Amino acid sequence: MRWQRFISILKARDREFVRDRSALAWNILFPLLIILGFAYAFTGDQLDQYKVGVIHQPENDEISFYSTQYIHFIDINELERTTAIDKVKRHQLDMLLDVDEKRYWINDSSPSGYMLEKVLAGSGGEGYQKQRVQGEQVRYVDWLIPGILGMNMMFSALFGVGYVVVRYRKNGVLKRLKATPLSALEFLSAQVVSRLWLIMAITSVVFIGCDLLIGFSMAGSYLNLFLVYALGAFSMISMGLIVAARVKSEEMAGGLLNMMSWPMMFLSGVWFSLEGLHPWVQKLALLFPLTHITQAARVIMLDGAGFLVILPNLAALLVMSVIFLLLGVLLFRWE
Amino acid sequence: MSSILQVKQLHKQFDQLKAVNGVSFEVDEGMCLGLLGPNGAGKTTTVEMLEAIKTPDKGSIQYRGAPLNEEFRNNAGIMFQSTALQDFITVRESLELFQQLYPKVSDLEQLIQDCALGDFLYQETAKLSGGQRQRVLLAIALVNDPDIIFLDEPTTGLDPQARHNFWQLIHKIKQKNKTIVLTTHYMDEAYELCDKIIIMDHGEIISQGSPRDLLSEHFNDVVIKLQKSDDLESKLMSLEKQRCSMSITRHESWVEMQTSDVNQAVKQLLAAEISLSSMQIRERTLDDLFLELTGKELRT
Repeated sequence: MRWQRFISILKARDREFVRDRSALAWNILFPLLIILGFAYAFTGDQLDQYKVGVIHQPENDEISFYSTQYIHFIDINELERTTAIDKVKRHQLDMLLDVDEKRYWINDSSPSGYMLEKVLAGSGGEGYQKQRVQGEQVRYVDWLIPGILGMNMMFSALFGVGYVVVRYRKNGVLKRLKATPLSALEFLSAQVVSRLWLIMAITSVVFIGCDLLIGFSMAGSYLNLFLVYALGAFSMISMGLIVAARVKSEEMAGGLLNMMSWPMMFLSGVWFSLEGLHPWVQKLALLFPLTHITQAARVIMLDGAGFLVILPNLAALLVMSVIFLLLGVLLFRWE
Repeated sequence: MSSILQVKQLHKQFDQLKAVNGVSFEVDEGMCLGLLGPNGAGKTTTVEMLEAIKTPDKGSIQYRGAPLNEEFRNNAGIMFQSTALQDFITVRESLELFQQLYPKVSDLEQLIQDCALGDFLYQETAKLSGGQRQRVLLAIALVNDPDIIFLDEPTTGLDPQARHNFWQLIHKIKQKNKTIVLTTHYMDEAYELCDKIIIMDHGEIISQGSPRDLLSEHFNDVVIKLQKSDDLESKLMSLEKQRCSMSITRHESWVEMQTSDVNQAVKQLLAAEISLSSMQIRERTLDDLFLELTGKELRT
């Protein structure tokens, strides 16, 4: 290697990076925002290791269990009892307690539930009656797969459209296409449709492959699941179009796409339940398409939920798709 | 001959830079028009406004008497100075892709033959040589059987053989009575291909006409060129002190003498005992014209 050439290229690259101020700013701001965001989401009470739903909160500390550290006690409305039991089934809650009835529900397959049962017994809850969660046991992998499929779609949609169109703009492909009769709408539609069918094809292959290899729960309708993933992919492709609309630098595009995808990856309930997060973070998560994809796909696959149950998620995805698509098309510039 | 393109008082400014400043001209049907100028003269900005890629700040461009519209897009063929094609697709696929964007198309097989693309038709465009790539880009500019073709510095970076091959292609296009707008900073290219040239500098037109007319308008002399030798300079200095009919220009390794009377000039050189063994006599070129008009070399 000739060092002179190497240093010349290195310097040129450094200059290019430093002079692209927007990319530079994002490279500094993005990790900062991520760190701050996570610090907020997981500080204080949110550091709890265990999540226990409580129906009929005790008026005073009748047993010391309620003052145990690192347990997040979540107030559950009497009307939500069934939903809460389902959450114990799915590991979203480690234990559910009814103070008035002196009963608790745990999932026998949950290590956290086992630990909490021991703690409860040793801290004044000896008389509480154990209720085993009935029904099919849900493995973590079953719980995880709907979100993983959604997350995979997210990366493919955002980077496959956002990053690629920016590269086309940078290397002159868009300029050449602008010189033809092709309209922006035709070009963008082609990008969206191409990416959509590719994502659906890839997701189908991954879905079938995972089922063959490890087998997973699929309690609901395949058509409903297809609807959720298709609309979800469409909304995230449309989201990618916003980045693709104007950005000229691939580094800036990378920064923006990471800024979109990382919070979604961690705050859409893909890896862990959102139950233990700060209520504001839970509300924020509803603004992410991936949250709605994960929620809807999960209730279809694990609980066999029907169309009416997932309708709010579908409606949210549709509204997001329309907003993102309009923004992307209106903001789009060839150069 | 009717005018296919009418350009009136074009202006384009980028921040503080006036890239194009009040440019007006007409392009006749079937003509090859050359826009010449050094880097930064405003010729690419001008041609990109003609191509409807950039919008003028002021002024108008009319194609067949109407503003640039869809009909223009359908009938214009464009080859940019630098264009990337999408990765991982072959030459044929690229041609087919662009062909599908137009309502009216050329015969693809004929185009492949005319542009000599047969040998690398199934290669990915990213793997082509410079000359092959330019031929593909020219073919893409022709897929819609255009009646006006814009070629922005099409031979920049090509070796002499590839440039001459490319010129042959452009001659073939000219034979089909197509209108060509060519930007270049190669004078020999302009002289070889263009029926009319426009010389630009600092965003303005400084001269326009046919290459021969412009040369005869500005020059009535020839250039005698001699290689420098050890004693040439002292002999030239003594020649200059006498009544000499030539103006002398010194370059790094040669000397040029402009004269309208070659016989008289040769007699004076022999009288000054200057060796003529390296002597070459050439006619005035567009490079000389540019130097005359702007006081600087064209290719800077």
